[in-house]
Amino acid sequence: MVRPDTFTEVRAHLADLTEAQLEARFWELANECVTPLVELARTHTSPSIERSVLMRMGIDSRTCMAVVSECEKRGLLGHGAGHTVWLCMQAWDCTPAAAAARLAGDEGWDIAEAKWGGAE
Amino acid sequence: MSPRPIDTPLKPDAKLDIQALLDGLADYRPRRHGWTWRVPVPNQRLYEFEYEETSEGLANSVPLPAAHYFDNIDPQPDCVVTTEIASGRPEDDIRRMRMAAWHGADHMMVIRTAGQSHMDGLLEGTPEGVGGIAVTRKQCRLTRRALDLIEDEVGRPINFHSYVSGVAGPEIAVMFAEEGVNGAHQDPQYNVLYRNINMYRSFVDAAVAKHVMASAGILQIDGAHNANATAVKAWKVMPELLVQHAINCAFSVAVGMPKEQIALSTVPPDAAPAPCMRMDLPYAVALRDLFGEYKMRAQQNTRYMESDSRDATVSHVMNLMISRLTSADVQSTITPDEGRNVPWHYNNIAALDTAKQSLVGMDGLREIVKIDRTDPVFAARVRELKERAVLFLEAMMRDGGYFTGVEEAYFVDSGEYPETNDDGIARLSDGGVAVGTIVPRADDYFAPVCHHFGVNHIPSEAARGADTRPCASIGGCTLCDDSKVPFIDELDPEDNVDVRLATTAEMRRRGLIKPEVEWAGDGYVAVTMFLPAAERVAEAAALELGRSMNLTDVEVIHRQVMHPAEGTLVEIKGRLDVAIDPATLVIPDKPEPLSDEEIREFVAAHNLRCVAATVGQDEHSVGMQEIIDIKHGGLEKWGFHCQYLGTSVPVEKVLDAAIEHAAQIVLISTIITHGDMHREAMEKLADLAAEKGVRDKVLLIAGGTQVNDELARSWGMDAGFGRRTHGIDVATFVVKTLRARAL
Repeated sequence: MVRPDTFTEVRAHLADLTEAQLEARFWELANECVTPLVELARTHTSPSIERSVLMRMGIDSRTCMAVVSECEKRGLLGHGAGHTVWLCMQAWDCTPAAAAARLAGDEGWDIAEAKWGGAE
Repeated sequence: MSPRPIDTPLKPDAKLDIQALLDGLADYRPRRHGWTWRVPVPNQRLYEFEYEETSEGLANSVPLPAAHYFDNIDPQPDCVVTTEIASGRPEDDIRRMRMAAWHGADHMMVIRTAGQSHMDGLLEGTPEGVGGIAVTRKQCRLTRRALDLIEDEVGRPINFHSYVSGVAGPEIAVMFAEEGVNGAHQDPQYNVLYRNINMYRSFVDAAVAKHVMASAGILQIDGAHNANATAVKAWKVMPELLVQHAINCAFSVAVGMPKEQIALSTVPPDAAPAPCMRMDLPYAVALRDLFGEYKMRAQQNTRYMESDSRDATVSHVMNLMISRLTSADVQSTITPDEGRNVPWHYNNIAALDTAKQSLVGMDGLREIVKIDRTDPVFAARVRELKERAVLFLEAMMRDGGYFTGVEEAYFVDSGEYPETNDDGIARLSDGGVAVGTIVPRADDYFAPVCHHFGVNHIPSEAARGADTRPCASIGGCTLCDDSKVPFIDELDPEDNVDVRLATTAEMRRRGLIKPEVEWAGDGYVAVTMFLPAAERVAEAAALELGRSMNLTDVEVIHRQVMHPAEGTLVEIKGRLDVAIDPATLVIPDKPEPLSDEEIREFVAAHNLRCVAATVGQDEHSVGMQEIIDIKHGGLEKWGFHCQYLGTSVPVEKVLDAAIEHAAQIVLISTIITHGDMHREAMEKLADLAAEKGVRDKVLLIAGGTQVNDELARSWGMDAGFGRRTHGIDVATFVVKTLRARAL
């Protein structure tokens, strides 16, 4: 939409605000603007986020890539890729890196399947 | 894990040992995490001056060119100073970082290779980048290791910085936290607007990335300056810039980042020929009013940068003046050649020196030159910008919020809001790179790691009693236990640092010298020429001249019309495939000049007098004046009494005057050399002095463009001085010689 500069007409409701009130209004709107974005982030995850979880578990990037791709394919991402690795660690009594390496080698997906069922 | 390697401290006269830095890299760990600010020194006294806006000095540095007049002081401004390095090869980046650190940089920002922001995952190894570096764990570790040594050498902590943007933001953030990277750009709006990465994915990823960055003390810089660089009319984008800064700040705080860790990337939007200072100052003030709790990273203008490095430098000095009149916590620099090519080594240094020179030169300026905030026009404009930003936010919220705003092309419109020209960047919420890749976290979502933003349910069987950290269930995560960080070396057997270093190994082993601007041995040189021809003809001629100089890959990098018919300035670059073996060079010993005080004392104690003249039929006087006049830093500066007899003076008259004035020094200048006139004059002077019995009482010194010391001595003089001689050289010779003769 092309619109000429209507500043002088549309600013009327701001004209009487003090500088402090105007600045407070600016931040009130900014916070209001990001609230739904924060909520979206709080309740969602992504392949990169899940790889970043596996990284923090001490797993190298190539293995992270393999495990998270498989989680995506199997519809398991929403439970957390780290969750799947953690389940396998319990089952195999091993480190996260060892569990992830076996998952990347196509072992252990039955453990996740037993808990959450197969891919939708 | 092997013990952490212990590095040998750098020596200022030895090059970085790249191979030593690569050896044992798998076991190298950063020695600290998080950002470091400079330590301000209020009312610092250096030489005869007092500074109001400087910080602790450096142990090793290269001061500004004029520093030798000021006891070689090198005052360091109070703000962190950035340099941007983008050679594409980490092994070359670190050499440039060392040079930059000596010129005052303590924030090394590495630009990423083209396309990395669209790579869904981490790169590993050291592949060569294009227009920037492939940011990888190995590259970060190598760089941090080198910077640890370099910061010890210069005596000030150095911040290392890159980008947590793109599709792999959370992974990059974790890698940066693990590798001791100190600062990073992170702004989901950058992904959305300029990289067309899906908006939902960008914000979901950003929250996790920011939370991890916060945990590691990484300073965040936003991406709003890109709106300026992209805008059709940069002076119209100011209200939107305020909005973009606010969205990233508010989002960052909401996901757990402390305000003092958040920096705004702010740039004066305009450049001359616009009256840019008057246009940009109200914006700078409005920004600092609204964002007083945040840090300011003052960027320099790139929007209106052309290939003229002089023009860019002037713009940047005006930008620096805005920094000094308002505030800057981090002062960024843009290399003056960025309008031509990927920055070259010495242009990083040029930009850093421009910043240091300007910031130090304008030290304390704000105390006496203040922005007049009561000026009604100025105050009204500051207010107007804030109101326009509020109107922008109000309208976007009415329309449905941020995502709707982006879909409706609110951003990067060429109108000054509320004016719109319907030419903003529109992105679809169900479009872009990595669309459809976010997933709701299930009721049992679990991430057994620390500093993880968002919903995280620790299963009861994973709980470890008093240790409530999520990572307790796996025995610690990499952010809690550094020893768990894995390392991948190289994945590509061809495209890596070892292969590249092998191609230049011979050069390093033999110490061969080849020109370079980016990479060791790249061979690039630049040649500046004025050609008396019109622009297009001059360009074609310049290319041909470059090839005649044996340059290959010749390109014009700058041209400027001096006059449409009379001529054009052209700069070319080209490769010179020649390496010099320093063992073959004959380098005369460099005479060490005495200090000003030492010369002055000796001259006063011995009341030194000289008689000077241009001899023979020779009307040149400039060279001699350079040597004796106080105005040119000549002998008079140290108190020598100089009697200048003029030009075309007979040799006899010079000697008579010396005897009459009891001068200890006779200076003759001989420019004209045809018929060996210079030789004859010198021999005659020496003979006459011997005849009159004063040869051992006077120093006979000859100078001129064709004179050299060896010839002058062979013709009876005590010394000869040629081109590029300064008063200090003659003064030093006189004092040293007379002292040796125990005068």
